[in-house]
Amino acid sequence: MERENKYEAVIGLETHVELSTVTKMFCGCRLSFGEEKNKFTCPVCLGHPGSLPVTNWKAVEYAIKIALALNCKINKYTIFHRKNYFYPDMAKNYQISQYDMPLSSSGYLDVDMGDYTRRVGITRVHMEEDTGKLIHTGVTGRISESEATIVDYNRSGTPLIEIVTEPDIRSPEEAREYLIALRNLILFLDVSDCSMEEGSLRCDANVSIRERNSSKIGTKTEIKNLNSFKFLQKGLEYEIKRQIKVVESGDRVIQQTRHYDSRTGTTKAMRSKEEAQDYRYFPEPDLVPICLKDETIEGIRKTIPELPLAKARRLEEKYGLPAEDSRFLANNREIADYFEECCRYYDKPKNIANWIMGDFSALLNKERITIKESRITPGDMCKMLEMVDKGKISSRMAKSVFEEMFTTGKGPEKIIAERGLEQVSDESILESIIDEVIKENPGPVEQFREGKEKAMSFLIGQVMAKTKGKANPQLANEIMRKKID
Amino acid sequence: METYNLTAHELNEKLVKKEITCTEITTDILARIEEVEGTLNSFISIEKERALSTAREVDRLIARGEKVCDLTGIPVAIKDNICTEGVKTTCASRMLENYIPGYDATVIKKLKSCNYIMVGKANMDEFAMGSSNESSYFGLVKNPWDVARVPGGSSGGPAASVAAGEAICALGTDTGGSIRQPASLCGVVGFKPTYGMVSRYGAVAFASSLDQIGPITKDVEDCASMLNVICGYDKKDSTSINMDAPDYKSFLIQDIKGLKIGVPEELMVEGIAPEVKEKVLYVIKLAEDMGAKVEKISIPGLEHALSVYCIISSSEASSNLARFDGVRYGYRNTEAQTLREMYRKTRTEGFGDEVKRRIIIGTYCLSAGYYGAYYEKARKVRTLIINDLKRAFNKFDVLLSPTSPTTAFRIGEKIEDPLTMYLSDICVLPANIAGLPAVSIPAGLSGEGLPIGVQIIGNTLREDNVLKVAYSLEKAIGFDKKPGL
Ligand SMILES: [Zn+2]
Repeated sequence: MERENKYEAVIGLETHVELSTVTKMFCGCRLSFGEEKNKFTCPVCLGHPGSLPVTNWKAVEYAIKIALALNCKINKYTIFHRKNYFYPDMAKNYQISQYDMPLSSSGYLDVDMGDYTRRVGITRVHMEEDTGKLIHTGVTGRISESEATIVDYNRSGTPLIEIVTEPDIRSPEEAREYLIALRNLILFLDVSDCSMEEGSLRCDANVSIRERNSSKIGTKTEIKNLNSFKFLQKGLEYEIKRQIKVVESGDRVIQQTRHYDSRTGTTKAMRSKEEAQDYRYFPEPDLVPICLKDETIEGIRKTIPELPLAKARRLEEKYGLPAEDSRFLANNREIADYFEECCRYYDKPKNIANWIMGDFSALLNKERITIKESRITPGDMCKMLEMVDKGKISSRMAKSVFEEMFTTGKGPEKIIAERGLEQVSDESILESIIDEVIKENPGPVEQFREGKEKAMSFLIGQVMAKTKGKANPQLANEIMRKKID
Repeated sequence: METYNLTAHELNEKLVKKEITCTEITTDILARIEEVEGTLNSFISIEKERALSTAREVDRLIARGEKVCDLTGIPVAIKDNICTEGVKTTCASRMLENYIPGYDATVIKKLKSCNYIMVGKANMDEFAMGSSNESSYFGLVKNPWDVARVPGGSSGGPAASVAAGEAICALGTDTGGSIRQPASLCGVVGFKPTYGMVSRYGAVAFASSLDQIGPITKDVEDCASMLNVICGYDKKDSTSINMDAPDYKSFLIQDIKGLKIGVPEELMVEGIAPEVKEKVLYVIKLAEDMGAKVEKISIPGLEHALSVYCIISSSEASSNLARFDGVRYGYRNTEAQTLREMYRKTRTEGFGDEVKRRIIIGTYCLSAGYYGAYYEKARKVRTLIINDLKRAFNKFDVLLSPTSPTTAFRIGEKIEDPLTMYLSDICVLPANIAGLPAVSIPAGLSGEGLPIGVQIIGNTLREDNVLKVAYSLEKAIGFDKKPGL
């Protein structure tokens, strides 16, 4: 611990995000989601001779939206470059990407770390095209154990943006929070589904260590395959410990690309052959420069919705929520929208927040669906809350009613009616039942009069038994005390 | 009837008057091909059945009284680097020996819409790299005027086929004079339009920023008819100019009185054969007689045209040809055990020497550490040459020069000496470097009976001036010789 405190990590992240446009970056093919292999391809995305790329303007618009949300400066004159390297998932053996004249640069993302905020500088946001996918045949899917490799070009040419940060991140936790914040932000913009499982959000990290409070930067390694929030954190934790060990033992960290193995939780150096790459970048002669007008950029800026940080502040103020609650709600656009919709029908925001953050989130996580996909409408949710308030159902019952609403999509009244769950709050009914209980249990009644509180619990229990648990316990208690006194 | 010696407009007249059928024209052409192809080797594939069945269709269409346009029923040779759906497109390379494109190039779609007849895919230098048509995997092409000589290149097949009456017109591509130089050596007309006037979609790229498709015809009028069909905006080619093409036939005017013609000194001195120079001076005299003002001009930047061309074309080619790797289509070495080995063997065996030479030069020019000294510098000098030429056009309407410094050279004469071979393109390169329209028209024969061509270069989009001068000079020269084949 002592040893580790001596050092701090210097981390920069490179994140690739697939944009959810209808068609690909440079051809008219539809984007695909795991359909039949090579179904969504054409001469352009297969790199056939004679074919030419044409820029998808929607993808440029989406990229600008992300860059603006990351407070970047949009470069009004931007061009594509070819990045040349041979690999079978590359239809042309070059990738159309951006190099020294990217779409945007010099932005930042504020990452809320609870007790402090880390401002992570964004070096650049640029556009490029995705590659195809290699599928190694065989049981394991590992290249070393496969007999053949199939290339699926469905993904080839999918619009991709790369977001590169400055080396401003100081810990694996910050890296993880940055990526979560970035994902939330992009989800807010509705330009990508940002699914790490599906590979539409991918992250590589550059990491080095240095003595705390030093300003020099050590030799960095690049970690690949950090494909979940957890792996990002674990991979970085491992790599930082490894580098500290190397330095402490008097060795030097070697600049290299390392692969994170999620099974062992370690990073391994990749073959050095793949490192010394010369991509021979040069301006893509098949495409013309993109010249952006101020009006265009401002027009796109207007389509940017309220972003998580601003939303959290507003929810806190407008609904008087605790900071933690508003942050939770604001981090997901759908959840925040759902919350605000509920607030239109029901006037206790904190109550709504509690349910969303508690039972509702638990159920959503369990079923792996989003709040929008759930079958509970904000209207039904509020009806249920009101029924609890009015004593029609107990809080305990509410939990099971809510669960049934979640699985069946039925309204709360219907469920309560079907199950006969409505609490007996009618005083005349309760009075006659209580009269019966008093008559049948003279002993406990006497004990209560003598001051034994416990006897009351027994008597209420009897009332509950007679009403099959539907009696409003508070009301029963009141009437019982009045009658016995 | 020897219809194969007629022009497209002559044949069109006969078709319209119903003096001849398309089937007769096509049969005649096919017979002529049968007669001379064994000697010339102008074609890589001959589409006999296809041509005849299209011809019968055209005859039915004419019989029905449907509209006949200038190219309806006209037999055309298509250079084998222009994609034709369902018809092998080899680029004269072993790499694409059996490649059948799944789509038509935009120019082919346009020609099809006027019901042209494709007689075959014409021979060429491998991947359009060469000036003698000696680098074809399918054997060299012979010059119809003297079969011991080359037809020029890279569009040697298209030029030879039109000169010999194996086709009435042809489509070629011109990256560094590949239409004009062979047209000059074969005594026909070859036109390279302004960069962006003809869609490159479907022309297998050699050097994207220089490539342009254009016609090879027997006279300037046919040339204008071809331009009318193939020119125009295409949204599939981002570099195509978004404007309506004019009616090029309206520029066929026999009047150049007062027109200012510049003769660049740099294209008239070094290595120009005396006979060629003499012929150019004769043409200048004709122009002056018609009232044009002819003056010498120095365009110093042109000295660097060859270096700029070599670096830019090779660099772009090295990237454009990267897609030929044996993975998706084309030649593949099947004995290789690893991916790298497959790449290496496939490309070693699939490409010829000249192609490999240029890929190596281009790869070198784009490499880290050399990029600045070569590719980047070449781009800067390119801009200087463009500015020099722009300045020249402030003063002149067109520039006039020899097309080729010499008449057709002997087969084998320059093949071992790439630099001398490259020098044979010295006069034609500036138009590609600056994207200008330029034409070569026959000016007469040398003492040995070999054609000599003159080149007319116009300013950007000033095809009108180029056609006007070419048409007027053509009439004044009155070249009517045919090869005695
Ligand atoms: Zn496609």
